[in-house]
Amino acid sequence: MTKIFETPLYPYSRHPDQDAASPARHKVIVLGAGPVGLAAAIDLAQRGVPVVVLDENDRVSSGSRAICFSKRTLEILDRLGCGDIAAETGVTWNKGRVFFDERDIFEFNLLPEEGHKRPAFINLQQYYLEQFLVERAQALAAEGKPIEIRGRNRVEAIGRHSDHVRLEVETPEGPYELQADWLIACDGANSPTRRMMGLDFVGRVFEDNFLIADVVMKADFPTERWFWFDPPFNRGQSALLHRQPDNVWRIDLQLGWDIDREAEKQPERVIPRLKAMLGEDVEFELEWVSIYTFQCRRMEKFRHGRVIFAGDAAHQVSPFGARGANSGLQDTDNLCWKLARVLDGSAPESLLDSYDWERVYGADENIMNSTRSTEFITPKSEISRVFRDAVLDLAARHDFARPMVNSGRLSVPCIYDDGPLNTEDSAEMPACARPGAPLPDAPLGDGWLLDALGRDFTLLAIDTPCPEPANQAEVTVLPLSAKDNPILAKRLLGAQSGALYLIRPDHHVAARWPNHDALAIETALRRSVAMQQGGWNA
Amino acid sequence: MPDLNLTRNLADADRFYANLTAVHDGLSKADSDALNARLILILANHIGDEFVLEQALIAASEVSRQSVG
Ligand SMILES: Cc1cc2nc3c(=O)[nH]c(=O)nc-3n(C[C@H](O)[C@H](O)[C@H](O)COP(=O)(O)OP(=O)(O)OC[C@H]3O[C@@H](n4cnc5c(N)ncnc54)[C@H](O)[C@@H]3O)c2cc1C
Repeated sequence: MTKIFETPLYPYSRHPDQDAASPARHKVIVLGAGPVGLAAAIDLAQRGVPVVVLDENDRVSSGSRAICFSKRTLEILDRLGCGDIAAETGVTWNKGRVFFDERDIFEFNLLPEEGHKRPAFINLQQYYLEQFLVERAQALAAEGKPIEIRGRNRVEAIGRHSDHVRLEVETPEGPYELQADWLIACDGANSPTRRMMGLDFVGRVFEDNFLIADVVMKADFPTERWFWFDPPFNRGQSALLHRQPDNVWRIDLQLGWDIDREAEKQPERVIPRLKAMLGEDVEFELEWVSIYTFQCRRMEKFRHGRVIFAGDAAHQVSPFGARGANSGLQDTDNLCWKLARVLDGSAPESLLDSYDWERVYGADENIMNSTRSTEFITPKSEISRVFRDAVLDLAARHDFARPMVNSGRLSVPCIYDDGPLNTEDSAEMPACARPGAPLPDAPLGDGWLLDALGRDFTLLAIDTPCPEPANQAEVTVLPLSAKDNPILAKRLLGAQSGALYLIRPDHHVAARWPNHDALAIETALRRSVAMQQGGWNA
Repeated sequence: MPDLNLTRNLADADRFYANLTAVHDGLSKADSDALNARLILILANHIGDEFVLEQALIAASEVSRQSVG
């Protein structure tokens, strides 16, 4: 069977830019057609911003990489036009089992919270996600949207100028030059852009190796997440088993730092370990094996003038908690509306510094969570191990200890508390929808709240009259009632009888009030696009 | 917010102390350490109050710092 990742999806073809007398100038070039670069390009194209994606490859990434995609990612994909296909293809699971040493210590059921369109997460091979994104980009291009992906276009050099970036691009037919007003570098963990600009990752927190294996099970096997602490087949380390679509099961074996990578990959080493995990008589076929080496770190700044970093190029975390691809999509979700505003002149360039503030904050939160999980899974000191083992022993008998068992905390969206674009609350309202938080979803008639929001700013007027704000054509006013909608009332009103919410294009709450106040709305809007004196820039 | 109680609170201090040492009778150092860790976790969960627990962590570290210094 030919796998999707063996098929060229955006094969090289010669572009007129390659024959231009002087380098063609583009508004935005996205470097890298991984999940993050593709998401950025789709988002920009949907906003009418012309965008060119360059990738040295011509197909989706091969083999097994990210598998667990969060609710937040699905909500972002909804806006990018591929949420449904991702959710339909993915596997939803709720049950898990935790093993310690040789014992099965407890099982759990993550009962989903009601009143959200999307589940907490789905499992989906990264190559499917990339395929859906490529197809979406191609569909947009077919509709006449200004988006193109150039396969087998490798960027070899970058020159930075005050008002543009110059790129030297290598193709199967030789090199050519391009210019861009803005470059979004989504060129992955080994980011050539970062290297060419002489920037490096700071604050290396830790590093590790994982053996990644995909197996196809011959017989039924439960759709559960199995996690092992210190199992006999991988002493002192951890192991994870998780289901993906197509009856493919993903196995992550933590290997530690000092290992012989080539030896660990050999089937005669891998298969006995898998048999020990799955059971001697379970029949399976090994589909993919690789060693994944990562370091947990981030760049000091994500914006360097007209070059903006996103995704793995900007930050890397351990796979515990599935934060790699999930956080990368939050980066571009945060960036693209801001860049579109700067490009059309409706916001100052300094709005892009809030991208830096908010996503560095997000990266730090991910690194903190990842560090905590790692500390629990591979305790650094003897006393940490004593406590870790005590938690696991207690968890086998007592429910109270189970929340302390940390086998990776699933990625939840970042709340930009104290963020530069937020307007402070003036009244007591529910914490889950505070300024900086992503707006929680809620049922709305036959549909969902998040689906009802506009592509730009939205002003939700819940049981409160609200005239259209002056001079702000981009703000969609959405009048709602929470009278027969207890979930909406609980999440957005709390003790208030009505409320106004100003929602950013990336669905984060910018400001909220219990009553209409035209001046306050105007001021909050200006602040949320970095135009308010006394705010971020002062 | 309740404060950490650092005044006398055990009705029979001698009996608690005897019980505390008795559960460790005959245990190896490793088993004793494990028991202590379990005990701390059980008590921490019972107390629940984060503020009290933080003060307890501080109170416990202050004593050890003094004895080292
Ligand atoms: C083996 C492996 C296993 C992983 N497992 C997990 C996991 O279990 N869970 C998890 O959450 N995450 C995992 N990750 C991380 C996850 O895959 C990344 O977080 C995610 O792919 C990041 O997306 P990205 O778009 O930022 O970068 P990438 O997906 O790396 O995309 C970068 C793109 O840039 C292109 N490119 C690079 N240099 C150039 C150049 N000079 N010119 C043109 N194009 C260029 C590349 O061809 C590539 O398409 C894994 C990664 C790897 C490599």
